[in-house]
Amino acid sequence: MKINVNVNGQDISEEVEPRTLLVDFIRENMKLTGTHVGCDTTQCGACTIHLDGIAIKSCTILAVQANNKSITTIEGISKNDKLHPMQESFKENHGLQCGFCTPGMVMAGIDIRRRKPSIDEDELRLELEGNICRCTGYHNIVKSILNAKM
Amino acid sequence: MYEFHYHKVSSINEVKEKISSLDDPKIMAGGMTLIPTMKQRLAAPSDIIDLSDINELRGISKEKDFIIIGSMTTHFEVHTSEIVKKEIPSLAFLAGLIGDPMVRHRGTIGGSVANSDPSADYPSSVISLGAKIITDKREIDADDFFIDLFETALDDDEIIISLKFPIPNKAAYMKFPQPASRYALVGVFVAVTKEGIRVGVTGAGPCAFRSKEIEKALSQDFSENSIENVNIPSENLNSDIHASAEYRSHLVKVMAKRAIKKLS
Ligand code: FES
Ligand code: FES
Repeated sequence: MKINVNVNGQDISEEVEPRTLLVDFIRENMKLTGTHVGCDTTQCGACTIHLDGIAIKSCTILAVQANNKSITTIEGISKNDKLHPMQESFKENHGLQCGFCTPGMVMAGIDIRRRKPSIDEDELRLELEGNICRCTGYHNIVKSILNAKM
Repeated sequence: MYEFHYHKVSSINEVKEKISSLDDPKIMAGGMTLIPTMKQRLAAPSDIIDLSDINELRGISKEKDFIIIGSMTTHFEVHTSEIVKKEIPSLAFLAGLIGDPMVRHRGTIGGSVANSDPSADYPSSVISLGAKIITDKREIDADDFFIDLFETALDDDEIIISLKFPIPNKAAYMKFPQPASRYALVGVFVAVTKEGIRVGVTGAGPCAFRSKEIEKALSQDFSENSIENVNIPSENLNSDIHASAEYRSHLVKVMAKRAIKKLS
């Protein structure tokens, strides 16, 4: 099936099978490998992207469902070689170790601060329940999201 | 995932036409259960009929003493709806406990109810509040809707249009989540409705059910203590690596008490 999507500001028209997951479309067709796959069960959040500005898990939606919508991945948030404030904050606060969960954390973090600009730490920890990190113990991720200057 | 054909439809009539002409179709709402199931090859429909473009299935409104929620309304929308927060805050609270924010952005109330997952959150509220399930054919009482594990009163070609919740005097939901999946190991929804006290339980049995035992105790004395000696039979409850049937039966009481504490 033919789909028309906007990926990180660029209009794309591609032929995909109905069973292609959006994350596979992003990684295989678009060659944007910053969006990760960490599980089979919609639990880890490594695949988090924004669909029309809203955070979703790209491993649990078909590419055909994104037809006529706009997709933002981790590659699309920095402007003119300048890191997004959320990325900057992860760097500042040592919010990552191996980095596998990080694209998902950053995309989820941006979405959380968009919805709840002055969120407190307790609420933020609840909001992060769909993003799993096996390295950091979350403290610095929480710090990064709370302190991002956005 | 096995191959299938994909259809995006824009009206209920179109869904009906597709269902009658296709081999083994499956209706998709938010896809938060269906897609993972298909990924694991536990489901292999010939065709997917995607409801997401049918606008009449979305939205929340108040009509007299009822809150009407369109079947394709997302958990996030229910959780943040000013109308739901004002009229049935326990329902808004429940919606905010489902999955995680990304899942709540896509999962829908109709999908959850139609699926009758034994540990889904919404069914407990539908039963406890005595909601009506409005389909393209009829209105179904909550008490008649959930039949068994993943089985409801819906016909194969029947589509949920909306859920009609009577506004209760007061209600509360308490959930003991399974920490990995965040589904309810046990969830209990207690409502003081115009028809009396109703208690909906999810997670414990093959599908959500009313606990008549707790209802009876609470109508005599609406307090945590009154539940103390209630016996929740564990014979027909679920037992798995996460919790035995006996533990689930214990949790039903604990969650019910917490819900009552919240109400008093
Ligand atoms: S890969 Fe999407 S939630 Fe794990
Ligand atoms: S930094 Fe390694 S998984 Fe989060």
